[in-house]
Amino acid sequence: MNDALDVALRLVVVFVAFLVLPLVVGQTEHKVMAHMQGRLGPMYAGGFHGWAQLVADGVKFAQKEDVVPADADRRVFQLAPAVALLPYLLVLLAIPVGPGDGAVGAVVDAGIFFVLAVMGVGVLGSLMAGWASANKFSLLGGLRTAAQLLAYELPMLLAAASVAMAAGTVSLPGIVDAFEWWWLPWQIVGALVFFVAGLAELQRPPFDMPVADSEIIFGAYTEYTGLRFALFLLAEYAGIVVLCGLTTVLFLGGWHGPWGADGLGWVWTLLKTAVLAFVVIWLRVSYPRLREDQLQKFSWILLVPLALAQIALTGIVKVAIN
Amino acid sequence: MTLAVPTASAAVTTAAGSHGFLSPTGVEIAFLLVGIVTFGAAIVTVTTKQLVHAALWLVVALGGLAVEYLLLTAEFIAWVQVLIYVGSVVVLLLFGLMLTRAPIGRSPDADSPNRWAALAVAVASAAALVWVVVDAFRTTWIDLDRAADSAGAGGGSTAVTGSILFRHWVLPFEALSVLLLAALVGAIVLSRKKNAEPSAPAGVSAGAGAGAGAQEGTR
Repeated sequence: MNDALDVALRLVVVFVAFLVLPLVVGQTEHKVMAHMQGRLGPMYAGGFHGWAQLVADGVKFAQKEDVVPADADRRVFQLAPAVALLPYLLVLLAIPVGPGDGAVGAVVDAGIFFVLAVMGVGVLGSLMAGWASANKFSLLGGLRTAAQLLAYELPMLLAAASVAMAAGTVSLPGIVDAFEWWWLPWQIVGALVFFVAGLAELQRPPFDMPVADSEIIFGAYTEYTGLRFALFLLAEYAGIVVLCGLTTVLFLGGWHGPWGADGLGWVWTLLKTAVLAFVVIWLRVSYPRLREDQLQKFSWILLVPLALAQIALTGIVKVAIN
Repeated sequence: MTLAVPTASAAVTTAAGSHGFLSPTGVEIAFLLVGIVTFGAAIVTVTTKQLVHAALWLVVALGGLAVEYLLLTAEFIAWVQVLIYVGSVVVLLLFGLMLTRAPIGRSPDADSPNRWAALAVAVASAAALVWVVVDAFRTTWIDLDRAADSAGAGGGSTAVTGSILFRHWVLPFEALSVLLLAALVGAIVLSRKKNAEPSAPAGVSAGAGAGAGAQEGTR
């Protein structure tokens, strides 16, 4: 196939996935939370079980006035949602959904470093929003975001380093290719650390201290309205998709499955990602928010040592096998 | 990137007659343009009167550097640059700014009387760096197309960088990590000493430790 056409096609597919999957996760969250709490959730929009609720929400957001506070730093304030959202689009490019070069947006040589680096940039968006809003609650939210990122970036990196050691490569397709079923018990601690640290980086409950709506009124996003606010929400759900996809690819074997890995590999990837996304929603319904000091303690006293132990275990097993 | 050059002999030749020093291929033009943007962002970083804007322009400058690494096919170095500098150092910087003071608008006291001394030091170190690099790589020529084609064996790929680092440069690497470890321990000791006196906010020490820790973890 023509090279340029091939690249364009991949970009379009990734872009469509980027627009659709977060909405699917969002709608699932509406319905799953509702049923877990003994409600029905959205039922009217679109007719069948409220499937078009988020489309209606999008239309509503687009109609709202885009307000910038008088004292705010205009340009930084307006730029922040884009900085928060775009990194997840870039990360989605590098996640392989099936075997071979055909099933990934772009083959990145140092894939793990790419995804972790770019995901870290997304947090800058929250920081910019928190500072530029000229609002005390926003500033508090920004501060908590930064503290949380600094605490949880390290265990996430260490857990990812463990799986890279196991596979002997840092490219994401390479890691999935090298996966064997017994990696699951071998890397389970690393997988848990990675997933939990990722949740904290996305500021999802129970790690939603930075956006705690009942204390600091959604933190850094307090002053946002209309489309820009919608972009921040979209970034959160795109983040869930990216985190679940990454955990699937790094620790759960991506397109490997008991059968059908040749033609239906992508189904396995999507299935595992969906199950993880369900767990993310489940955690939101079932756990209360951690306090700021508990948050920091949890990372430094529990997650970092666990990740280091996982790295040691990986090293020992790796040497023993060779 | 510089470490990887000696092995990638397949992709490295000298700039003999076939290449002019300024033959404008697409990559070179892009390299120059990104360089200009990076330089401009760096200038704004040190001249702007708005503290947080300085930190944000620093993001642009560091990101521009990462793009330059990418254009030289040193992918690994580029992503590590983004991960550590944009992802950790700048976040730590912003955290510190927000924790102490983060005024919106100009800060009249954001000027230093040491400006000329700082400029002299900056020019001197820039001259030293440029002189060293020019002297070391005077006529070396990296064929970017060929380096990129042989995927995985390219001059700046992760595999090449890793093997060079751990075969030829292990001693400096370990010395550096001991240095970083010493800095980490030092930071912990200093923050604990402060805590013995009336309590300093716990978040500060945790944040500072986190930044050093992130660098230690990714070195």
